[in-house]
Amino acid sequence: MAEFQVDGSVDITDVVCPVTFVKAKVALEELEDGQILSIHLNGGEPVQNVPRSIKEEGHQVLKLINREDGTFDLIVRKVE
Amino acid sequence: MAVDYAALKKGGFMRQKQKDHFSLRLQVVGGTLTAENLAKIAEVAEKYGEGYVHLTSRQGVEIPFIKLQDIDSVKAELADGGCRPGVCGPRVRTVTACQGNTVCPSGNIDCQDIAKKLDQRYFGRELPHKFKFGVTGCQNNCLKAEENDVGIKGALNVKWRQEDCIGCGVCEQACRSRAITLEDGKVTVDYAKCNYCGRCAKSCPTDAWDAESAYILSFGGTFGNRICKGESPLPLITSEEQLFAVTDAAIRFFGENANSGERFKFTIDRVGKEKFHEVLKAAYDGVENPA
Repeated sequence: MAEFQVDGSVDITDVVCPVTFVKAKVALEELEDGQILSIHLNGGEPVQNVPRSIKEEGHQVLKLINREDGTFDLIVRKVE
Repeated sequence: MAVDYAALKKGGFMRQKQKDHFSLRLQVVGGTLTAENLAKIAEVAEKYGEGYVHLTSRQGVEIPFIKLQDIDSVKAELADGGCRPGVCGPRVRTVTACQGNTVCPSGNIDCQDIAKKLDQRYFGRELPHKFKFGVTGCQNNCLKAEENDVGIKGALNVKWRQEDCIGCGVCEQACRSRAITLEDGKVTVDYAKCNYCGRCAKSCPTDAWDAESAYILSFGGTFGNRICKGESPLPLITSEEQLFAVTDAAIRFFGENANSGERFKFTIDRVGKEKFHEVLKAAYDGVENPA
């Protein structure tokens, strides 16, 4: 994750859709405009849906990092 | 005076078990009714029916217990509220549709607009048997396209645009068909696997995709006494003009070849899939029907 200076992180691997997105959204709300959040999420449904929901909320997805263990880190810049 | 039940049925009046009572089917396009329509329907159901309506399995509305002697006044009053009777019997039926891309985030096409155009083009057309169109906006298939004689499913014709891509890798994971690979910042789509669901383009943070509305058509679905899923022999349909050229060809094939009381699926099987596919392909390619 060296290429991104992360301001906060949230693990949503312990919840299922649609709570995944809700948890990510709450974490984003705690950040300031322009700050960067790393979201740790599961493969399958969460990785198929959460990045798109984040986009639809108007935030900027920067990168999806495959941790090669069935989980991913989604790097998001908060846009107010 | 003898009652012409066939004419009444054609005009949407379904004979009930109870003598001289009819369940009046209304014309509904794509499952949409205005508040004005609804108010008038409620009024008519109170005044002439038994104060309730029945929602049909294909997005229609029926007002049961309309009496034979009230039929003309019922029609006139409904017309005041912008409602028209529907149809039953051997003709083009209610065109069903989901809300499509003007409302639903998953939608790939404007289903309501397509349903209206299909309705204007074909509704009530006399044919050897009933003929149903259904329009669904995407692969989620809320409208069950393949159970219709002709089903239309919204698709996105996607093409990756390198200059806007940040190589984030979201599309690769969003794709349920595993058709996308990202390598050295370059996205490759295996179109043999792609089902044109559009999830790649919709999830892309920088909209680095050209994504045009397109259509996947299925033919010969039926879900009554016999159950068959419509088949999709054509490649992706990429324009509205091409869409209607193909639906024209399909309905013409049915009109010209079907036996009375034979559903589309069984006409296709009897006449031959190859022959039907040739007709479709000719329309798809913009060639005049080889006759």
